[in-house]
Amino acid sequence: MTDFLQLFFSGLATGSIYALAALGFTLLWQASGTINFAQGEFVMLPAFMLLGFISLGAPMLVSFVLTVLLAVLLLGWVFKRGVVDPLFKYGMMPIVVATIGLSIAMRNGVRAGYSAEAHPFPSLFADKLYNIAGVTITLQDVGTFALAMVIVMATQAFLAKTVTGRAMQAVAQNTESASVLGINVPRMIFYTFAINAVLAVAAALLVTPTYLAKFDMGEGLGTKAFFAAIIGGFNNSRGALLGGLIVGVCENLASAYISPAYKDAVALVIFMIVILFKPQGLLGKKEERKV
Amino acid sequence: MKLLNHKMATVFTVLGALLVLVAPQYLKNYGIYLLTYWLIFIIATMGLNLTIGYAGQKSLGHAAFFGIGAYTVAILMKAGFSFWLGLPAAALICFAVGLILGFPALRVQAIYLAFATLGFNTAIWLVMRNEEWLTGGTFGINNIARPAILGYSLEANRPYYYFVLVVTLILSGLLWGLLRSPWGKAFRALRDNPIRAESLGVDIRNYTLLSFAIGAVYAGIAGALFASLVQFIEPAPFAVGASIMMYLMVVVGGAGYFLGPIVGAAVGVVLPEWLRDVPFVSNWYLPMFGAAVVVLMVWLPDGLLSIPDRIRDRRAARDASAARKIAAGVAATKRVGAAS
Amino acid sequence: MTNPVLKVTDLKKSYGAIQAVGGVSFEVMPGEIFGVIGPNGSGKTTMFNSVLGQISPDAGAIELNGKNITGLSPLELSRRGVGRTFQTLQVFGKMTVRDNLIVAAQEHKGSMLSRMFSPGDSGLGAKADALIDQFRIRHVAGKPAGTLSYGQQKLVDIAMAFMAEPDLVLLDEPCAGVNPSLVGGISSLLKELNQNPKFGRKGSFVVIEHNMDFVMDLCHRIMVMVEGRVLAIGTPAEIRGNKEVLDAYLGN
Repeated sequence: MTDFLQLFFSGLATGSIYALAALGFTLLWQASGTINFAQGEFVMLPAFMLLGFISLGAPMLVSFVLTVLLAVLLLGWVFKRGVVDPLFKYGMMPIVVATIGLSIAMRNGVRAGYSAEAHPFPSLFADKLYNIAGVTITLQDVGTFALAMVIVMATQAFLAKTVTGRAMQAVAQNTESASVLGINVPRMIFYTFAINAVLAVAAALLVTPTYLAKFDMGEGLGTKAFFAAIIGGFNNSRGALLGGLIVGVCENLASAYISPAYKDAVALVIFMIVILFKPQGLLGKKEERKV
Repeated sequence: MKLLNHKMATVFTVLGALLVLVAPQYLKNYGIYLLTYWLIFIIATMGLNLTIGYAGQKSLGHAAFFGIGAYTVAILMKAGFSFWLGLPAAALICFAVGLILGFPALRVQAIYLAFATLGFNTAIWLVMRNEEWLTGGTFGINNIARPAILGYSLEANRPYYYFVLVVTLILSGLLWGLLRSPWGKAFRALRDNPIRAESLGVDIRNYTLLSFAIGAVYAGIAGALFASLVQFIEPAPFAVGASIMMYLMVVVGGAGYFLGPIVGAAVGVVLPEWLRDVPFVSNWYLPMFGAAVVVLMVWLPDGLLSIPDRIRDRRAARDASAARKIAAGVAATKRVGAAS
Repeated sequence: MTNPVLKVTDLKKSYGAIQAVGGVSFEVMPGEIFGVIGPNGSGKTTMFNSVLGQISPDAGAIELNGKNITGLSPLELSRRGVGRTFQTLQVFGKMTVRDNLIVAAQEHKGSMLSRMFSPGDSGLGAKADALIDQFRIRHVAGKPAGTLSYGQQKLVDIAMAFMAEPDLVLLDEPCAGVNPSLVGGISSLLKELNQNPKFGRKGSFVVIEHNMDFVMDLCHRIMVMVEGRVLAIGTPAEIRGNKEVLDAYLGN
């Protein structure tokens, strides 16, 4: 039983990181119809940005702030204006392929320009273990889960309770009506991209200490984020949270109780079941075929 | 039909034909190998072009069929059967599996369909990777022979190239015929407006299933040829990443343009190799390729083969605006004339 | 006594607590142009979509030439000779106008398998050209349908419904969003198609429209729907003089 709980809690930690990436992915889709195939790389890049700033001598906090600013600029503003805006009216295909190209460029750019090696990454949490009723949990796991939850909740509160947040939701649901109501649609969409960038930085901070910073760390993470977003419900931001946690926990349990080889299969299997029986996701709303 | 005007098209075709026929005489072994690789991917992406470009479906799992074709040939040949049994077997199995994949397409919309096909690919890949008894797992299957045709061995690169070239031409011809027939219009109707198409009597269900099945057959045949080309297969080239690359090839070449796959496969297969050899590029060939794809998409969202259409549209717009100016000028002169 | 082409009996459709169509019955005679008018929300489009298999009715019977077609899919209805146009433009944007017309009828020729080996236009080229000339869109026939003006696309849309020579055509607001100058053109086209049996059969049409002049001028008989029920059915003159109809439109 203690094994199960240990796996469960560390699964929650991993899952909450997936939730961060999945949330940003879902928000981008809702606000602008963008399927960001580079979402994993969007998490990888800030990890290296941070390492870069630190290696230049900047203190941790300054590096973090600079990373957030740089990420919002590049992964938010430049990405939106340079790639998404021109391709918006051409449907899904060109944007998908452009983000594929972007992921190739980012991944291999870091590899060629920085390093192909795995780099240790400073952790926010000290190396501590807790023992509660026989179950061993690391501070890293607890802290990751708590911090990620706070960020996800904060984002959702922002979207639901603030004027700007509700304007962003309006844009996501019906762009034309929103602009008729006087909402600055391009700016709201930009805010979505900016939030995605910040969520990506947060995910980087939380996942990299365990898995080390490497140019290809985005690949697996990106795929899991897609699956998590779909499982939870692609048209519902709360779904990203649920999907991420489900994937994280089930993966961990499967790896221990079934076989490590099929660890990746878990997210896939859940995903396939959801797609076939409830394609709008566990928490999603059914989208009707329009005449 | 989106073709360049007839004279230009004939010139290009003749040049292209000469090139593909004669080039191998002047290329070294690796060059011929690369050319064959390119042809194989043209076949595979032609199939995907039918599914996503002409029929408007979403498919991010095409490499799974590529892999099924490759493993079918490899497993059968390892068991002692001939390549000439493996090839049609690959085609038939892929047709059946393609039909099966088409069924979710009937129930699931656009973006969710894309993810379903992605999931399908991963599932197939996992089987390839984990079921060692069948596929050799991560160790793969090696020593795949090249076939002999009517006693003539295709073992060397050059004869195998010509064999693949003939298959490519036959399959292109068949696809061209299919798209020119009423089926071509039915697929396009399915793509442009499935609701209207259905109300006009187009059997959406059957054409959707067939667009997946036929596309899968092309990928399967390509996979079979691939197995004998590289002579050692393992799961990696059939993973989701490969599907995504094939999707990229079709869109960059121009989805729904018949010749798109030729250009797209060149961009996906030949360009990175060529970039690698350019001085100063070395390690940067992949990031440059990625950046090139992004720039290409922003500049030409409909793919490289949409360039003639864009030139034509721009010319038409210019003519129309010039005509309006002339008409306005004439009207103004008339008014002046009437007033004076 | 001729049998009706279309006979709708006591059609009902509810969406939750709202009864969109509450027991509608009418008949359309062969060769007739039958208009359907009514204020917004009167259930006209729901009734249409029920007849056309887009939605399934809760109750009621629909017969085409005496045969039951209730609940059949749009695909099956197309095969039995029912054509339609949509309220919003529905053309195949990337195909040429001519190809749009050809595909509108090609699926009725032969089987799917035989069509793999048929010539590209399935022998429908001449008919498509004839319709193109009749609709006076020869000058744009070779252009992708999506590049045409709204009015021209509307004409293509309507022409497509007639390519397969259906026994019954249902037109959902054929004049919606169309330039007033084109409305007369559409009216005369529909009269031509109804009276001139160029393609052999005299077609029966059911037309939903809000443009009152258009409806009164074109239709042989008109049905007025209000709040999901039939208020009146009669000739244009009868409807014009019907006090209840006037009340319904002007509000009571």
